[in-house]
Amino acid sequence: MADGASALAAAERQDRLEAWGGVALTVLSLAALWQGLHYLAGDSAIASLPATLRETWHLLSGPRYWPHFRETMSAFLWALLIAVTGGVGIGVALGGHRLSGEVAEPVLVALYSIPKVTLYPVVLLFFGIGLNAKIAFGALHGVIPVAIFAMNAVRNVNPTWLRTAATMNLGPLQTARHILVPATIPEIFSGLRIGLSLTLLGVMIGELFASQRGIGHLLMTSIEVHDVRRIMAVVLIVSVLAVTLNALMLAIDRRLHRRV
Amino acid sequence: MDVHASLRGVTRIYPARAGRPPLHALGPLDLDLRRGEFLSVVGPSGCGKSTLLDVVAGLALPSAGTVTFEGQPVLGRVPEGIGVVFQEDASFPWLTVEDNVAFGLRRAGTDPAEVRRRVDYALGFMGLADFARAYPAQLSGGMRQRVCIARTLVLRPRLILLDEPFGALDQQTRLLMGDELLRLWRETGATVMLITHALDEANLLSDRIGVMSARPGVWIETVQTGWPRDRDSTLAARPNFGAVSARLWASIRGESIKALGQAREGAGR
Repeated sequence: MADGASALAAAERQDRLEAWGGVALTVLSLAALWQGLHYLAGDSAIASLPATLRETWHLLSGPRYWPHFRETMSAFLWALLIAVTGGVGIGVALGGHRLSGEVAEPVLVALYSIPKVTLYPVVLLFFGIGLNAKIAFGALHGVIPVAIFAMNAVRNVNPTWLRTAATMNLGPLQTARHILVPATIPEIFSGLRIGLSLTLLGVMIGELFASQRGIGHLLMTSIEVHDVRRIMAVVLIVSVLAVTLNALMLAIDRRLHRRV
Repeated sequence: MDVHASLRGVTRIYPARAGRPPLHALGPLDLDLRRGEFLSVVGPSGCGKSTLLDVVAGLALPSAGTVTFEGQPVLGRVPEGIGVVFQEDASFPWLTVEDNVAFGLRRAGTDPAEVRRRVDYALGFMGLADFARAYPAQLSGGMRQRVCIARTLVLRPRLILLDEPFGALDQQTRLLMGDELLRLWRETGATVMLITHALDEANLLSDRIGVMSARPGVWIETVQTGWPRDRDSTLAARPNFGAVSARLWASIRGESIKALGQAREGAGR
């Protein structure tokens, strides 16, 4: 067993090394692609990587960027909170009642496939330009995938686990706490990961189209004055933020699924 | 005769659903389960064997008739003293082996020192001590089923109900698990009721075998094996072992053909 455990640990170390090697290779490839596109398209379309990095540093070390960042993060976190609580609530309710789930699933899938940007004018009419509209639009993007994953998580709970709980005379609350919650968390978390990315996307789209503050607004004003370096710097910051968040969620997701 | 659990006129009818007529799954049947015996129930597919187990366990209420365990009526709740092991893998993948085994004791609020003692014993008994910190996903199907048996064992059931617990395992593992089950039965002194479709398995493990008809399941006959209490899978080499299996097959063959017809009829509906 000890030999088995050390072999497993060595295999895990090897996997980690390979994963980091893959990340390094991806970053280098993207950097090379970036520079290649810069040489092809020129300074007026794509700023060079060193110039973008300098502009990014300038932006991050100056006073102008952070109020926008705080605004975007505030909208994103509120939207995420609404998407997660709403999505998990809807999903668990529908997953727990078979008929409701069967009726609601095609409706949810249809809503998910609507290009939500077409609904933004309605959101603006409802909430007006400002933080609330961005929160609503972000939540609108995230809530449906979270609900679909949560519904399927509840539906897919192994009925034998519930029968086992019944043989031990567990009450509904004990069954929920000790069986349903741990059994559904991995799949619900997969929904959260996708919901998180889409919520950020929704907030950013909201800021691009109608907003007076936020990273999306900063990007839009940079486009209006054709400041290519700033555009690239903002895109880089948003990309790094999104990739980091997604990687973190993916790592937790894999950890949760490893046992299933 | 010391009756441990008994059934009188037990019938189970599933109500009409989604345009289908009511389904008479079981009975009426009577059964006296003797304290400390190993009884197996065999019968064709769909004859209501698992329904019978659910009714005895208190996981389902009979449509008619009564079930008693240790003289008390079983009324839709699993009484203290009954442990159930299912065919499907029921180990919890989010818990380690030892946490799986301790699950029922902890939910019942058992003293932690007592939990530790019983879990250590069950892990040792089932050959799982080296895998206490492993997760079920790291174990084979047979090992996971041992975890489920250990989880039932720590609750010290006086009546153990097993619903085809080795159904998903290969033949060799089944034989070895059968030996372990016999050892567990002897050492705990519990009464065991095993539901199985494997005639040789029933023959090898049991003192008594109840043979059920095709749906609705009723008793066709009860076969006494006459094997000694101290037995294991080497019993299969005895000359009269085959005679008992042959008798079971002769009893069940016609019912199996009937059940096959019922299944085809159901599929065509």
